Amino acid sequence: MHDIPTDTSFLEMMDILNEMLIEKGEEPVTFDHDCREGICGMCSLYVNGHPHGPATGATTCQLYMRRFKDGDTITVEPWRSAAFPVIKDLMVNRNAFDQIQQAGGYVSFQTGGAQDANAIPISKEAADEAMDSATCIGCGACVAACKNGSAMLFLSAKVSQFALLPQGKAEAKRRVKAMLAKMDELGFGNCTNTGACAAECPKNIKLSNIARLNREFLCAKCSD
Amino acid sequence: MWLTNSSVGRKVVMSVTGLFLVLFVTFHALMNAVAIISFEAYDAICEFLGANWYAVLGTLVLAGGFAIHIIYAFWLTLQNRKARGNNRYAVTTKPKDVEWASQNMLVLGIIVCCFLILHLVQFWAKMQLPELMGEHIMRGQDYLQATFSQWWVLPVYLIGFAALWFHISHGFWSAFQTLGTANDKWIPRWQCISKWWASIVFILFAVEAIYFTLHFTGVINC
Ligand code: HEM
Ligand code: SF4
Ligand code: FES
Repeated sequence: MHDIPTDTSFLEMMDILNEMLIEKGEEPVTFDHDCREGICGMCSLYVNGHPHGPATGATTCQLYMRRFKDGDTITVEPWRSAAFPVIKDLMVNRNAFDQIQQAGGYVSFQTGGAQDANAIPISKEAADEAMDSATCIGCGACVAACKNGSAMLFLSAKVSQFALLPQGKAEAKRRVKAMLAKMDELGFGNCTNTGACAAECPKNIKLSNIARLNREFLCAKCSD
Repeated sequence: MWLTNSSVGRKVVMSVTGLFLVLFVTFHALMNAVAIISFEAYDAICEFLGANWYAVLGTLVLAGGFAIHIIYAFWLTLQNRKARGNNRYAVTTKPKDVEWASQNMLVLGIIVCCFLILHLVQFWAKMQLPELMGEHIMRGQDYLQATFSQWWVLPVYLIGFAALWFHISHGFWSAFQTLGTANDKWIPRWQCISKWWASIVFILFAVEAIYFTLHFTGVINC
C-alpha cells in the first residue's frame, strides 16, 4: 500500500486497503472491530507476531501506522487457536469466552431498596486490584499468544474481579468451579505459566491473577 | 475426580510431583557430595540405601512420582497441542519476559528422562536391583569408578544436568504459581529462588561428576 499517513490507525489502514480492493473489484478483507477505542476487544488481529501488534498495553485499534517504517512488510493474521475457529479471513469466533462468562461471570443481587454505597467497607488495595482485573476486555489475545491455547489469564481476570470484592464472595466457590469447568469443556489448554499472555495483554492483566484463580479453585475444592 | 478432569487439578498433580522430584534431586546431589569428602562414608550410604525395606519403599514412592509426572507431562502436552490447533502463525515472536525453558518443558523432560535411564542402567541396575535378587554386590565407590573412568560419561552427564537446570529453573516457580502460593511480590521471588536452586543443584552434580572423572581416570590423585 502507498501513502498511508503516519497518524492513520491500523484499522483505518485496513479500511483504506479494503476500499482499494473494492475499487479494483476484488473482495475486501474481513476483520472484526467495533468501538475503535480499546474497550470492546473486537479488533483481534495478530500483527507481525504479536496479538494487537507491537505496541504494549494497547489494542489493534489503538495502534498507529507511525509504529512501522516506510516500506515495511506487515503480516496480519487471525488468532490461531482451536477454541477460536476462523470465520473468514481475520475474523474468528470468540463465542467460547461468552460461554465461560455465562457459566458464572456475574453476581446475583437481591431485589429491594439499594443500600448506601459505603455500607460495605472495601479496602483501597482490594478495590484497585479488582478494578485492574475488571479492565480485561475479553479480546482473546492471551489465548492467541499462548502456545497451549490456554484461556487462564482471561478466566483469572474474570474470577479475580469478583473474588476480591465482598459482593462477589457469596458465589465465589460456585463461580470458580463452573467457569473453570466450562473453560476446560470448550477445549482450551492447560496453563504452563509461560507468561506470554500477560506480556501480550493489551490491558496489562497480571500473571498473579492466575495464582489467585488457582487459589480460589483449590479452596473451593477443599471445602466441597 | 478433579485431579484428572480439571485443568487446574492436572496442573496440581504436575506441580506436586515436580516439587517432590526437586526435593529428591537435591538430596541426591547432597548425598553424592559425601563421596568427594570420603569414599568410605559414601560406601556406607550406598549400603544404607541398599536392599533395606525403607530404601525399597523409598524407591517405589520415587518411581511412582516419576511415573505420574511423566504420564501427566505427555497427557498435558498432548491436550495443549490440541488446544493450540493445527494452524501455525506465519510470524512468531517470543516476548522477552517468556523463559525459553517454559516453552520447552517436555523436550527438556525427555532429555532428563533419557539421562535417567542411562544413569539407572549404570548404577541402580548394578546396585539395588541385584542386591534385591540376593546377589553379592561391590562397594558404592566401585560403581563410581566403573562409570566415571570412561571419558564419554562426563559430557553426557553434563548435558543431562544442563537440561535439568533449565527444567527446574522454570518448573520450581511454576509449581508455586500453580499451587496458588504466589502474588505480585512472590512471583519474582520464586523466580529468583528457582534460578538459585537449579544452579546449586547443577553445580553440585557437575562438580561431583568432574571430580569423579578426574579421580578415576587418574588425572588427579586426591
Ligand atoms: C528429576 C526430574 C524432574 C524434576 C525435578 C521435574 C520437576 C518439574 C517441576 C517442578 C515442574 C513444574 C510443575 C508446574 O508447572 O506446576 C515440572 C513440569 C514439567 N515436567 Fe518435570 N521434572 C522432572 C522430570 C521430568 C520428565 C522426565 C519429564 C518428561 C518426560 C518432565 C516433563 C515435564 C513437563 C512437560 C512439565 C510442564 C508441565 C506443565 O507445566 O504443565 N519432567 N517438572
Ligand atoms: S486477559 Fe488481556 S488478553 Fe486476555 S482477554 Fe482479557 S484483555 Fe484480552
Ligand atoms: S475495536 Fe474495540 S477494542 Fe479495538
